[in-house]
Amino acid sequence: MDYIFDIFLISISAALINNFVLYYFVGICPFIGVSRRVDMALGMGSAVTFVMTIAVFLSWTITTLVLMPGAPVSRWVAGHFMSAEKAAGIDLTILTYIIYIFSIASSVQFVEMYVRKFYPPLYKSFGVFLPLITTNCAILFACLTVMSNIIGGENPIEAWDLGRALALGLFGGAGFTIAIVIMAGIREELDLCDIPAPFKGAAITLIVGGILAMAFMGFNGVDSGLKAALTGAP
Amino acid sequence: MTNLPTPFERFIQGILPENPVYRQLLGLCPTLAVTNGLKPALTMAVAVGAVLLSANIIISLIRNLLKPHLRIVVFTLTIATFVTIVDRLLAAYLYQMSKALGPYIPLIIVNCIIICRCEVCASRQNVLAASADAVGQAIGFGLALTGIAAIREILGTGMIAGVQLLPTAWPSWVIMVLPPGAFLTFGLLLALVNWIDSVRSNNEGRKG
Repeated sequence: MDYIFDIFLISISAALINNFVLYYFVGICPFIGVSRRVDMALGMGSAVTFVMTIAVFLSWTITTLVLMPGAPVSRWVAGHFMSAEKAAGIDLTILTYIIYIFSIASSVQFVEMYVRKFYPPLYKSFGVFLPLITTNCAILFACLTVMSNIIGGENPIEAWDLGRALALGLFGGAGFTIAIVIMAGIREELDLCDIPAPFKGAAITLIVGGILAMAFMGFNGVDSGLKAALTGAP
Repeated sequence: MTNLPTPFERFIQGILPENPVYRQLLGLCPTLAVTNGLKPALTMAVAVGAVLLSANIIISLIRNLLKPHLRIVVFTLTIATFVTIVDRLLAAYLYQMSKALGPYIPLIIVNCIIICRCEVCASRQNVLAASADAVGQAIGFGLALTGIAAIREILGTGMIAGVQLLPTAWPSWVIMVLPPGAFLTFGLLLALVNWIDSVRSNNEGRKG
């Protein structure tokens, strides 16, 4: 049961409490650029969620199998060239950034080709958003968070498994979708308002974003409260 | 090729007329995320500047070898390499700062400013113009970042870089150093820049 609580808390925290856009400021560019209409925002949000889940899966697999100190695949490959003790100490973490950005770019490319071939209506609704996602900071941020929870921790037992990583990817994307769709809804109404000229465009969007961020701060502490309620601990 | 800006024009353009943050609205993630204090903002600006300069020089040197359909991948991988170098250097010499900036240093890889400058300037012009452009854009980015950071830190804590600036009776506006403060400060500053702009163009219109 602890495992399910853990997944639940990670999901809530990624989607609401530490919302990617409003708390960590990643993915601000589409948040301001593509939040003009609700249907566009929904398309962007679902494309990001889709790619983020795939990218998190890829980066978790690559990190555990190849990049980590003493990872099985790199140890097996290095074992052909050097002694077993030396091969066990091999550490490729320095390559993480290059590998991550490369895996994100190629997964975006693959997803685009696959969806275009097999799901043409879906491709039409994703439209131009898919290629833009490669340079979306939110995806790389999700991969880096997963990495820091695999490698960075002092206690190897607390390292995240695939389930936790996927929960972060899926609900991080859901949080992004929530933020961008709320924003698009507000901006559709803003079009009817009389805004002072200097504030038109990005400036008013940022200020509305600030007010939204204040609203989302209301979720602070929900995770520890839920944890206490669910586990019965004081 | 004669109509491309000279190195000096590139340098000046980066600082104000084409300021990456206020005019082009690029690189907003670090602009909002690390500006809760002056020190992290300065470190971030220097890190972005270093990566921008090195990436621009390399791309400018190999610009004749680039294939059009592969150029974005080459840009990204070049940038990722330099970001890894900067990240390791920060971790070695400024460990506390590297911990505080956390994931925002690796996120320089997907910072639109650098890809945009590689595309607009470095892949078309020689090394001199590309490096002048990088330095100008980096200064413009640094100015924008430190400006926002100074406002947020002074209003949020009454101090700047550890020096008490406002009287101690100042009720610290804690909201300014929390996430919403970033959005509000940047939104208001952006409106201010737009307003100054419109006033200036009105005056020029009257003279002409």
